[in-house]
Amino acid sequence: MIVTLEVNGEPCAAEVAGFESLLWVLRERLGLTGAKDACLQGECGSCSVLLDGEVVCACLVLAADAEGARVTTVEGLAGGSEGELHLVQQAFVDAGAVQCGFCTPGLIVAAAHLLETRPGAGDAEVREALSGNLCRCTGYGAILRAVARAQSQATQGGAP
Amino acid sequence: MHIERPEGLDEALAALAADPHATLLAGGTDLMVEVNLTHRRPASVVALRRVPELREWDERMIGAGVSWARMESGPVTGLAQLARTVGSPQIRAVGTLGGNLGTASPAGDALPWLAALDAEVVLASDRGRRRLAWDEFLLGPKRTARQPGELIVGVQLPEALPPHQAFAKVGVRQAMVIATVNCCVVRDADGATRVALGAVGPTVRRARRAEALVSGTVRPSAAVLDRFEALVREEIAPIDDHRASAAYRRHAAGVLARRTLERCWS
Repeated sequence: MIVTLEVNGEPCAAEVAGFESLLWVLRERLGLTGAKDACLQGECGSCSVLLDGEVVCACLVLAADAEGARVTTVEGLAGGSEGELHLVQQAFVDAGAVQCGFCTPGLIVAAAHLLETRPGAGDAEVREALSGNLCRCTGYGAILRAVARAQSQATQGGAP
Repeated sequence: MHIERPEGLDEALAALAADPHATLLAGGTDLMVEVNLTHRRPASVVALRRVPELREWDERMIGAGVSWARMESGPVTGLAQLARTVGSPQIRAVGTLGGNLGTASPAGDALPWLAALDAEVVLASDRGRRRLAWDEFLLGPKRTARQPGELIVGVQLPEALPPHQAFAKVGVRQAMVIATVNCCVVRDADGATRVALGAVGPTVRRARRAEALVSGTVRPSAAVLDRFEALVREEIAPIDDHRASAAYRRHAAGVLARRTLERCWS
């Protein structure tokens, strides 16, 4: 069947077979490999995308049920023609919050959503918001520093 | 696979009447795990996320399609406490109360709260509606009284919600964890107390002798609390599995029940 979606602001139609997940369609049909294919059971968060404005695990969305949905992947966060990174992406670079990088797209999507919906989130709220995204390299310290940096830039327009 | 995406309750019930054995899809957080990992391949799916009636929530009835995220930020203490412990933000954004009932895991986190409230499950088909008490609906691990062609519409709550409600859960970490034991205690204004525990038997169960011991208007003494813990441990039937031993569950159930009871007095 054909499923029509809005992905990163662009309308698109994808051929979908029976049980394919939104993650599979994004990666294999639309060539958007930012969201990662890892646990396939909603445990790791590496496939996190925005679906109609909510952070979800794309591996747990039946593509056929996403008909008409608005999807934002990590590829859709970076701005404009000059290839400028999203505030959160730049903060991850600056804080050295990336090691192997596999969890990074999911964390960036979750952190960008947090910044957008609850810009003043405190430390406990940030940890809670990122609790569905596993990282096996960093120990999370640098990731939390990156989010704090992005928050500070978003609210004060300057680095901490 | 055939999929129906009804946009209203009548349309959903018609789709189910035409295909009574269709698999129901709400948030997908259980079904898609089976699709991805055990290669479950239902012949047909009725997807429910576009049905607005299932997302309704008023004083006496919570729609089956209400998400954990809404329960977490909602006005009902016990429900908010338990919703916060489910999965991760990604899971809570889409997972639903009806899904927790439909899946009927012995560890389902909403189930002890529903049992402690003596809530009823409202089922609908194109032939009408019926209401089942929680223990008529939950029959065993992943087994419910839902018949082919029926849909869980929501849960019917008692007229007055208990002013004191507490939920607690033990698992190997704080986020993304299935309960090793979960427990809900509620206390009415007149002192009537109800205690329900999950993951300690084939379905959620009430510790009725323990309830009788602590119901009333006198704050339980330390000696009564000791006896309460012991009764809770007698009234459950935990098993050994890959998450915990029966002995650990029995111990944890007593501790959690005592703790949640004490919260209902503070």
